[in-house]
Amino acid sequence: MSKGTLFDKVWDLHTVARLPSGQTQLFIGLHLIHEVTSPQAFVMLREKGLKVLFPERTIATVDHIVPTTNQVRPFEDVLAEEMMQALEQNCQENGITFHNIGSGNQGIVHIIAPEQGLTQPGMSIACGDSHTSTHGAFGAIAFGIGTSQVRDVLASQTIALSKLKVRKIEVNGTLQPGVYAKDVALHIIHTLGVKGGVGYVYEYTGTTFNKMSMEERMTVCNMAIEGGARCGYVNPDHITYEYLKNRDFAPTATDWDKAVAWWESIRSNTDAEYDDDVKFNAADIPPTVTWGITPGQGIGIDQLIPMSAELHEEDRLIAEEAYDYMDLTVGKPIQGTKIDVCFIGSCTNGRISDLREAARVAKNQHVAKDVKAFVVPGSERVKKQAEAEGLDQIFIDAGFEWREPGCSMCLAMNPDKLQGRQISASSSNRNFKGRQGSSSGRTLLMSPAMVAAAAIKGEVFDVRKLLS
Amino acid sequence: MVRKVITVSGCGIPLIGNDIDTDRIIPARFLCCVTFDGLEKHTFADDRESLKGQHPFDLPQYKDARILIVNCNFGCGSSREHAPQALKKWGIQALIGESFAEIFFGNCVAIGIPCVNAESNIIKKLQEIIIANPQVVMKVNLETMEVTCGEFVTQISMGEEAKKMIISGAWDTCSQLLSQRKQIQATAANLPYLGWN
Ligand code: SF4
Repeated sequence: MSKGTLFDKVWDLHTVARLPSGQTQLFIGLHLIHEVTSPQAFVMLREKGLKVLFPERTIATVDHIVPTTNQVRPFEDVLAEEMMQALEQNCQENGITFHNIGSGNQGIVHIIAPEQGLTQPGMSIACGDSHTSTHGAFGAIAFGIGTSQVRDVLASQTIALSKLKVRKIEVNGTLQPGVYAKDVALHIIHTLGVKGGVGYVYEYTGTTFNKMSMEERMTVCNMAIEGGARCGYVNPDHITYEYLKNRDFAPTATDWDKAVAWWESIRSNTDAEYDDDVKFNAADIPPTVTWGITPGQGIGIDQLIPMSAELHEEDRLIAEEAYDYMDLTVGKPIQGTKIDVCFIGSCTNGRISDLREAARVAKNQHVAKDVKAFVVPGSERVKKQAEAEGLDQIFIDAGFEWREPGCSMCLAMNPDKLQGRQISASSSNRNFKGRQGSSSGRTLLMSPAMVAAAAIKGEVFDVRKLLS
Repeated sequence: MVRKVITVSGCGIPLIGNDIDTDRIIPARFLCCVTFDGLEKHTFADDRESLKGQHPFDLPQYKDARILIVNCNFGCGSSREHAPQALKKWGIQALIGESFAEIFFGNCVAIGIPCVNAESNIIKKLQEIIIANPQVVMKVNLETMEVTCGEFVTQISMGEEAKKMIISGAWDTCSQLLSQRKQIQATAANLPYLGWN
């Protein structure tokens, strides 16, 4: 049993009761909702004749279904329009703040809450979305939940949960140039496996994380769930506080000093006890690309697509499925794999620093013939900032399309979809079968800079060669 | 209303494969909806399409199955409750697997579907028995933590807390959570950040 970690402290502080089952009833400090997983929860609430208990602790946005080209209402897709109206109505009826398209604050839920300063250290956060783990970058404990639990949070501001174990993941040293937070995330998942984190919270620590910006930390925490861990977090520090200071919902005046003192107090103790402990060297992490149908099927850019015999026995069944589906040549380098579509965006890599890195690669270059490449900022604020810096023009000049914010082709619930067996280089987080909108479409996950490199070369390419 | 789930009986349906994610259980394009109604039609839509009628969810011998037998890390990926809802509406009342992804497991419990664990060789054996004889009657007993599959009897396991919720009918958590109103307010009052400006 862990002791004295940030997770233990935040868990204890938010514990309302011990339920007869032995589960904990946990208070949720911040509840985020979007159009896909909330409408049924509001219906359940109405059926039970219940009201939202703490409407001011729930914040809504719309991200999954929004078109990234024509956003005129009503949406062309009638089902999307219906979902949009349901959210608007549910928010209005229940007094919930809704960051709608055009408000200047809309965007992917895991991007807008941090950028507005809603996400803060020491909070418990829930959202009907698995990538809620992102918010752990601030030293919050943040759970992805299902719709029945969304109902529970709306009704009671609490959920029933079993306590998790804590694994300390220590990464030390300096990342090589051209190696990004995304590569760290993919490398960890590859090493520990896609179910390695089941039952655990990941505490990311070590000198590599100490030096990372908040946006980089968010990228790694975002993908904790891809390694099976429900939450991932980084202890708050001066980088966290500098990021938060003066954001819309950050504490102000004397509350700020109180907040910093409290945030410092909830950091894991130096003598904290963990259930498990794993160490990595930053220098060992290469630019990483996936070749299969799970985020754990990743390899270094210089490596060969592994043969079944080289894999652990338990990884072979899914590898065989991946060989069939991906139709890449086993035993051959991943580098040089031809690409049809390049997607830069998502809650993993749709932030301003991601766009800056991709633009650095794209500058004065041009997207390869026959490649469709597009950039989808993670939020309206990210878009505005990028345009102020001229990043949009760099992308457009290089032959990328510059779109409106949303989840887009990360899961393709809007018109942005792969066609047939197209293969994409994607800065998103999931390469599952059919994930990007075509039941036979294929996805290679990589960092945004690597996606930009793939767009320019028309094939999987080592971004380090373009940067040097 | 307390709906205890102590045993689930019926035919089984085997689904072989590791790391079957919720995007495969119910692809994203079917999430364009404001209710869970009709989701069962789209269960494993893409996998079924690519197997052209040979997917277990299309085979006539399994059409009345109640118990789904899966392998490792079933339900990983997206938190969409649409996945267990689609399985439930299709007719699945219990799952037996080597392991389940956490959010999926929680979502199943929240709608009264037990997910129980067994060793990989046991799972394989159950899948083989059912493939050989799809009509064989299975029974999952959460009190004795046993599964019978025709003549074959084996032990299963499940996290104590989730098991208690299912057996006692407390899986429908909402009213239980709300009964702590006072304590909820007290906990909130103790959180420094709720009062900051
Ligand atoms: S960007 Fe992708 S992973 Fe992130 S919330 Fe949207 S759909 Fe989910």
